[in-house]
Order: sequence, then structure tokens, then C-alpha cells
Amino acid sequence: MTGANNFSVSGYGPDRAGWTRIFARDGLARRLDWPILLSATALSLIGTALVYSATRNRTEINQGDPYYFLIRHLMNTGIGFALMIGTIWLGHRTLRTAVPILYGISVFLVLLVLTPLGATVNGAHAWIVFGGGFSLQPSEFVKITIILGMAMLLAARVDAGDKPHPDHRTVAQSLGLAAVPMLIVMLMPDLGSVMVMVIIVLGVLLASGASNRWVFGLIGAGAVGALAIWQLHILDQYQINRFAAFANPNLDPAGVGYNTNQARIAIGSGGLTGAGLFHGSQTTGQFVPEQQTDFVFTVAGEELGFVGAGLIIVLLGVVLWRACRIARETTELYGTIVAAGIIAWFAFQSFENIGMTLGIMPVAGLPLPFVSYGGSSMFAVWLAVGLLQSIRLQRPVSA
Amino acid sequence: MTNIPETGRTPRVQIRLVIIQILVLSLLGTLGARLWYLQVRNGAEYAKEASGNHVQQVVQPAVRGEILDARGVPIADNETRLVVSASRTDLLKMKDDGKAVLTKLAGVLGMKPQDVMGKVRLCDAKTPQPCWNGSPYQPIPITDEATPRQALQIRERSEDFPGITAEPEAVRRYPAPGDANTAQVLGYLSPVTDDEIQKAKDTDSPYLRSDMVGRSGLERQYDKVLRGKAGVTRYEVDNLGRVLGKAKSDSAEPGSNLVTSIDARVQRVAEYELDTAMKTARNQFDKITGEKYKADSGAVIVMEAKTGRIVAMASAPTYDPNVWVGGISAKDYQQLTGKDSDYPLLNRAIQGQSAPGSTFKVVSTAAAIQAGYDFDGHYPCTSSYSVGGQVFKNFEGENFGPISLGRALEVSCDTVFYGLADNEWKKDGGINPKKGQPKDWFFKTAHQFGLGKPTGIDLPNEVSGRVPDRQWKQDYWKANKDAWCKTGKKDGDYVARIAYENCLEGNKMREGDEINYSIGQGDTLLTPIQEATIYGAISNGGTLWNPTIGKAIISPDGKSVTEIKPKSHGRLPIDAKTRDVMDEALAGVVTRGTAAWKFGGWPQDKIPLHAKTGTAEVYGKQTTSWLATYSKDYAVVMTIAQAGTGSGASGEAVHHIYDALYGVQKDGSIDKGKALLPTPQQGLPKIRPDGSIEAQKIQKYDPNADQATGQDQQGTPTDNPSATVPSPTASNRRTTRRSARPEKRRRILA
Repeated sequence: MTGANNFSVSGYGPDRAGWTRIFARDGLARRLDWPILLSATALSLIGTALVYSATRNRTEINQGDPYYFLIRHLMNTGIGFALMIGTIWLGHRTLRTAVPILYGISVFLVLLVLTPLGATVNGAHAWIVFGGGFSLQPSEFVKITIILGMAMLLAARVDAGDKPHPDHRTVAQSLGLAAVPMLIVMLMPDLGSVMVMVIIVLGVLLASGASNRWVFGLIGAGAVGALAIWQLHILDQYQINRFAAFANPNLDPAGVGYNTNQARIAIGSGGLTGAGLFHGSQTTGQFVPEQQTDFVFTVAGEELGFVGAGLIIVLLGVVLWRACRIARETTELYGTIVAAGIIAWFAFQSFENIGMTLGIMPVAGLPLPFVSYGGSSMFAVWLAVGLLQSIRLQRPVSA
Repeated sequence: MTNIPETGRTPRVQIRLVIIQILVLSLLGTLGARLWYLQVRNGAEYAKEASGNHVQQVVQPAVRGEILDARGVPIADNETRLVVSASRTDLLKMKDDGKAVLTKLAGVLGMKPQDVMGKVRLCDAKTPQPCWNGSPYQPIPITDEATPRQALQIRERSEDFPGITAEPEAVRRYPAPGDANTAQVLGYLSPVTDDEIQKAKDTDSPYLRSDMVGRSGLERQYDKVLRGKAGVTRYEVDNLGRVLGKAKSDSAEPGSNLVTSIDARVQRVAEYELDTAMKTARNQFDKITGEKYKADSGAVIVMEAKTGRIVAMASAPTYDPNVWVGGISAKDYQQLTGKDSDYPLLNRAIQGQSAPGSTFKVVSTAAAIQAGYDFDGHYPCTSSYSVGGQVFKNFEGENFGPISLGRALEVSCDTVFYGLADNEWKKDGGINPKKGQPKDWFFKTAHQFGLGKPTGIDLPNEVSGRVPDRQWKQDYWKANKDAWCKTGKKDGDYVARIAYENCLEGNKMREGDEINYSIGQGDTLLTPIQEATIYGAISNGGTLWNPTIGKAIISPDGKSVTEIKPKSHGRLPIDAKTRDVMDEALAGVVTRGTAAWKFGGWPQDKIPLHAKTGTAEVYGKQTTSWLATYSKDYAVVMTIAQAGTGSGASGEAVHHIYDALYGVQKDGSIDKGKALLPTPQQGLPKIRPDGSIEAQKIQKYDPNADQATGQDQQGTPTDNPSATVPSPTASNRRTTRRSARPEKRRRILA
């Protein structure tokens, strides 16, 4: 453990020396994880091009302005970038103290969705709509607060040096902490987000060093829960249809299986190098639904081909690989848990999103991190990048 | 670099982090592999699927090639008509299935609303005509006779007529130059069916939904070359059908033109003479049945003897092929194909078969010579020939005493051939031939003459005729013995007794069978085209030509000319000497034999004609008249069912056809200026630089023209005007719109 004053975290040092110090040896800029930053930025910019390609002709949603979505996606990226800088500035440790408040706010927001303020978009009642075209999807932020909250509880005794691993009581408490917002989100219902949260909880538990019983118990509970949902008909018809269409895409090519079929045709037709940006006929012809959000990967597949779509997977891989290193190399369990939670989140959400467009996962309404259009998601993933950077900055400098 | 003591964490966490990392990598690896599988391995397949997804085809139909006669006169061409069509797909999208639109349309077109609605419904087993039997996705023509005014009304108010189009279209037309209708040879077109589209999908000439397909005659035989290639413009559309851009466009390639060996003028003569002969026969009294001849059907063929090319081919009863244009009406269709119709669609020249009667004696003569009999021997021509209890009579009981085979042909003596066939039958072992092949010279020769199988003419659905040899008898008996044995009675009426005999020994060659066969009776069947082929072969020295109508295929730009060369399917089994003596005998038929009374005054010394008459008996019907003739250049065969004797019913008609061909006048003189075709047409019509084909003038056939002194024939075009003189082709075509409706245009001869 080393003291915070050894590190050039914001707020200390004279202003005029700020930039110098940031770029000095051992300065902030030198110790930032640049591969993550550059990959995330590249993904966001690729996303901008893809979103533009998917929406420039869609006058019915872009209000006649072909750049409507392009500008907003760039704006979202910019805000996300600012949120990342803010997070780094504050530091995850500072945030650690604020976790209970953040957690409270996020749970309050998801509760708000259930009130008349909530709105339904694409079958998921997961939105709060403000005036002026702004809307918020609180479940995106709940993902972060669940990670932070659980990490706070699970790491408290371990980081204090009391115990090598969190005890059963702590684990139970942390699970309870995660369960509350998850139940609310399930009521929306926003099943995709719940699935991500389950994976996040699993990742967090794994990284916390909680005993194997908890890990396998959770996996078992998840399986039983899934079975119960299936048997008790808790799912809506549209959700069952998605699974049916996944099992057999040719079931009803004009109806349920349409999305997956068209998505696969779009990607498959891209071939090695793609039709070229803005030249995909599937994309231009709007054969794939929700192409700027959940199915944005199909634009890449068709217009950029295996080379471009593969690049997106590689960039996501870079982010995840570096995140794994951050998780392994940080000195505190708190940082490790937060990083692992983020890894579980990004990895599963990316896999599910791309997997559904490739026909190896059932359809679920989840955005592709950084690439899909959508403010809440964009803010959340950049906040997470900020957390990762902060964790990396606060590890000891390698000798 | 990861140092456990440094981070102060337990190995458990550290191991789990590695597990997470491996899991993450394998997930990404899975995505990458799947992406490679979809895009690189199966990419082409998906690309194909994608292009099918968002491409709409708009078809520009190709103009069908013309069918021309040997001198370039169109016998099937195209005219531009304003076609009003309705798209079923669009109509069905409306709340009332388009009833309101169709009613409004009926008002504009001056038709009854239910007629219009009838036209757009799909045909099935329960739906009576009118109905649409083409593809439901193709615009259905409501009328092809819209006036420009009506078309304008529809086009200017297109919002009032959703799904209705009014476009000028090239529509098939059969102009019948010089009144030569040539109906059965030309055939007809009808819309392509879904089955055909499916079948032809992967061939080199796939169909489009809007295609018209040749259904019979030349239109079917040469469909592929005539059809051309429709132009297809592919538009990229989005998922709502909005056009995003033009993807690809192939312009329409018109079909090639087909030049035939038909001479429209000779065709008209043949049609007219056949019709006249049948009408005349109907006024003749038949002594056998005690009523007038029915003369219900007939055919005539004029063939180039040295090549097998068909100069004229007529079949009666006939009809106007224009009834098919723009969709046939229910009433017309019923009249053409119904049970009560006289089946005018049949081309009786290749699809009609009947016992050949005495025209078959050329085969029997050749058989006798092959069997070793001397052509100039003496064979008894008695008035009857008895075998067992059966008496086979000579025609009308004539008795000529012992005569040669040549004389037997001339006078058509049956009993001479009875005796020869009976002799051979006995030599072959009688009713139960010995083991080892019976020689069967009479049947073998018929096969060598190419009988019992199609001649290979370039028309579809030619029938094969029948040589009732041992094999056929065996097969036929097997197929029918159950019925025969059931109905046959030893002491019943004629039919029952025949059935009884057939049941017992119908599988065997009986004495009477071979005797009957020798004069072309019994179960023997020939088609007129087979007769023309064998008589043509006798004329040309023995080559059996596959008759051809197509002469050349000329590409629309006129640059590529593919000639259709005549092919032979064998030689007659006779040597030159035999041919010469038969030739002489057949000439004798014209000068002093059975046909002489119809060919009085023929300039035989200048244009030697040869003929063989035939009068075939058909059980329960009047006799079939056959007249097979040939000159140095042509074979002309005419047959009329239920019309009496060969010479009596067809003699004059055939005589007139030769008159027209050679320009022979009533007084027997030859006016070369009036001869239509004194020698077969050589070469092809002249092709103009623009690819169009020059048509020679044509004049209507006037059967009495040769009675005129010649003054009123001044200015009659000669046969072969210099090719440099431009012939006004327009004079051959009716360019004005026909005012009559198709129903009224129908004309059934006979």
C-alpha cells in the first residue's frame, strides 16, 4: 500500500505546473492505459460512421436531417469522454465513499421507470423520457452501481487486511444489494439487462475470492431461475418468440425470424472486405431493424466486411485484455473486483450483441458497447473506462 | 510481471482472474470464428440471398421474331397495340379486391364489369372461361384493342386506376398474306405457366413471367429462336419497395426471324383447292352408304421432292390463328377444342393418320421385287381372290387378266397384290411360322420406307402411323385381348365376331391380315407427310428426306444467317432400275390409269406427272380419298376423309395445284409468267442492311385466272423481280386496325 500523495491525482500541485506534470515521467498521461483509451475512442468513431450509414436515409426517424444521429452519437461520445475524465479526476477511491449515494440514486431512477414517468421503447419498459428528446435508461447506470456497491462490501474487510476472502455474510449482503435493482429491472421487464447483471454478479463474486460454493450456487440458482421463468410463463410472448426464432431462424422468415435472418444475410453478404461504407444494400434498403442500436454490427458486417467487423471484435478484445491486466495488477481487491465486473459486463454484452447478429445467441435488446447509438449506454461504458483508468493509475509503478 | 506477493492477493483470486481472461478470449474467439464462417466461407451464398432481397425486376418483353415464307412475305409478324392490363397483386391489396377500380375501368373501355372481372380471375378446375391461366404475378391483359383515347384516360388519371396500365405492346399477328392462313403449321402462343418457369429456371433459356410461349406448330418448334431475350432492368429497392437505384439493365434482344420454305401463294392455292374439293365432295352421292359424302377433314402437302422442304401444307377444317392473339375467349376456345368441335387445331398433314389404301401399293410392289418377283411378270388380276371361306374382291369387281406389276399399279389391281402377299404369307410359314425368322418382305419393306415412325418434320407432335407387323399384332393383342374375349361372340354381329376371332388368334399374322395389308387396308396407318416423303423419294431417286419447313434463321440485325439443311433418314430399298419402272407405271396412272380421267389435257410430255390413287375403306365410315403424286420437283399429296375415291375427290384439286405451280393453262399450254413456282425457290429472301427482310409481292389466288385472255393480268408481278427493285412490303400487310372483334374474325373452313 502506498500513499495517495505519491501520485499525481487531480487537485494537488500548482495549476501552471499541471500540464507539465501530467506529461512528465510517471505523470498521469504516461500512466494512463492508452490501448484502452484509443480502442474505445476508435470504437466510438467507427460507431459514428455506422450509425450515420444506418440512419442517413431514414427520414422517418432522423427528422429529415441525415446528420441527426451522427451528431448525437458524437455528442454522446463527447459527454462520455468527459464523464471518463471526471471519473479519473475524482478517482475510484473517492467514488468509493460516494457509492451508497450513487447506488441509492440509481435504484431510485429504476424505480421511476415503473412509475408513469417510465416509457416503453421496443417492447422494453426501461426508459425515463425527459422533455426535448432526451431520455435515460437507468438500468445502464445500475450496472455500474451494482459493481461498485458489491465491490465496496466484498473488498472492505479484505482490503483492511482482516481476512483473505470475503465471508459468507458479506457475500450474502452484496448479493442482496445486487438483487434489489435487478428485481426492479426484471419487472420492467428488461430481460437483456438482467442477464448482463447476472453475469456481472458472477464476475464480481469470482474476482472477490468468495468461496466456490457461492459461485456454483449462483450458477445453479441462475439455471433454476431461468427454468422457472420458462415454466411459469413470466416471459412475454415476444421474448419467447425471440428464443423460438433463435432455435429455428426459418420458422417464420417474415415474422419472428425476420430480424435474425436479415441480420445474417446482411453480415454474410459483406464477404471479406464488405460493400464499402454507405454501399451496403441491406443497410440502405433498411432490411435490418434497429440497425443504429442493437443491430449496428450488421452495418459493419455488410459494409466493412470481415476486415472491418473483425476489427471491431479485435478492438473490443484490446479493451477487455487490458482490463484483465488492470484487474490482475491492481493492489487492492476493490479495484480488482470493479475491473472484473466491468470485464464481465463488456464481455457478455458484446458477445450477446454480436452473437445475436451472427445467429449464435438469441435476440436480446442490448447495445454494443461504444458502437451502438444510445446516450445512457454510451455514458455508462465511458464511465466504466474512467473507472478502469483510475484503477490503473492507482497501482504502484512497476519497478 | 504479475507478482502475487506484490498485490497481496490470494492465489484463488489470481487463478480466477486468469479463468475470466481465458473465458473472455474464448468468447471473442467464438465471435471471430463465426464471423469468418458467415462472411468468408458462406459469403457468396448470403450475397446471393441479399441481392434477391432487394432487387425488383422490370421486364421489357422482346419482340418475337417473324415467320416468313420462302420469298420473305411475313406469315406471322407483330403489330403494335395498346394493351390495358391489370396487376392482380395491386388489386388484391385494395379493400374490395379492386372491384371498384375494375368497374371504373370497364366503363372507360366500354366493357361489362363482370367481363373485366372474369378476365383477372385465375383459372382452376372450377372456374369457367374467361379466366387467366398465366402467372398471377404478371399483369393480366384486359384488352389489347384499347383506343389511344381510352389509354390516355387511364394514364392521365393513374391515381384513379391503381394497378392498371395502358402500354403499347408488340402483339403477335398472323396476317394471312394472300389469304394463306397456314394456321396449323404456324401454331399459336399462350402465356407461360408456373410449371414451365420452374422447369426452365436453370436452363440457358429461362422464361420470364410475362413470356408468351409457342404451343404448337412452328411457334413451338422454333420458340427458342423466335422468342428472343426480354430486357430486364433490375432496380434496387428498400424493404418497402421504394426504388433506390438502377442495379443492372439488359436491353431486350428481339427474336430471330424464321424463313420457311412455305410459299404463301402456293399455300393459298393448296388451302383453296382443299376447301373446294371438300365442298365439292359433299355434293357427291356415295353409293355405298346411300348418302352424300361427309368430307369432314382433309390435308394437302406440297413438298420439294429433291430436298423434302415443304412448300405448302394445309389441314382442314381450319381456323383463324388470330383468335389466340391477346388471349382467347371462352367461346372460341370451346369451339376449337370442345367435344363438339371438329378439332381444327390438329394439323392433319402430320397428325391425321388413316389406312393408305392403294397408295400403299408402291410399298407392296417394292416388297414383291425384294422378295424376288419379276416386275414384268404376269400376275392374274382376277375380279376376286378367295382364301378359305373369305372372298377378297377387286375394286368394283374389275378383271384385267394376267398383268405386270406396273400395270397393276396403273389400274390399281388389288387381286395381283393379294396373290403375292398370300404367297409370301404361305412361304413364311402360314399362321404358325416355323422357328427362325419369317422373311416378312412386305412388312420389312414398309419399315425400309420409313413407315411406322415419324418422318422427323420440324413440327411438334407428329404421329408415327402404323405398320401392323407381327410385333405390333402381339403387343396390340396383349393390350386388348381381355376386352375382345369379353365382348366376342362366335355367332354375334360383325363386331362381336371380329372380337371373337381376335381373342382367339389376334396375336398371329393371319392370311387375311397380310392380304388386306398388301393393299394398305386393315390396321395399316399412314400420315399424309409419310406419303409425301415416300413419293418424294421415288421422284428423287430414293432418298427419304426429313421434311423441313424452317429454311433459315436470320438474326434480327440480319448479320447472322443460320441455314437449316435438309437431312435424310434413309433410302428406299429399291435399285435404280426398279425405280425407273415404278416411275413409268406411276406416270401411266396419270395418262391411262386411275387418275387419267382427272388429268386430261395435262402437258405430260413437258411436265411428266406421276400419281397413285387410293381409296381406303374405314369401318363404319365412308371411304378415305388419297392421291399421291409427284413431278420432277414436287410431291403433292392430298387426302380427304369420307370423300370417296382418290381420283374422284382429290384429282381436280391436285391438278389445279400443279397448274398453279407450273403455270399450266386450261388448254394445256404453259404460261411461264403465271407459273408460281416452276422450279423450287432457290436461296433466301434478300436481307436489307438494317436487318429487315425484303418481301416479294403477293397476289391473291384466282382459280379462274387462267381463263382470262391475259389483258387483265397486265402488271402482274413476275415471280422473281429483280432484287434491286424495292418491293413495297407494306402492301402485303394490313396496317390498319382490324375493327372486328376476335370472335368475329374466326373463320372455320370446311
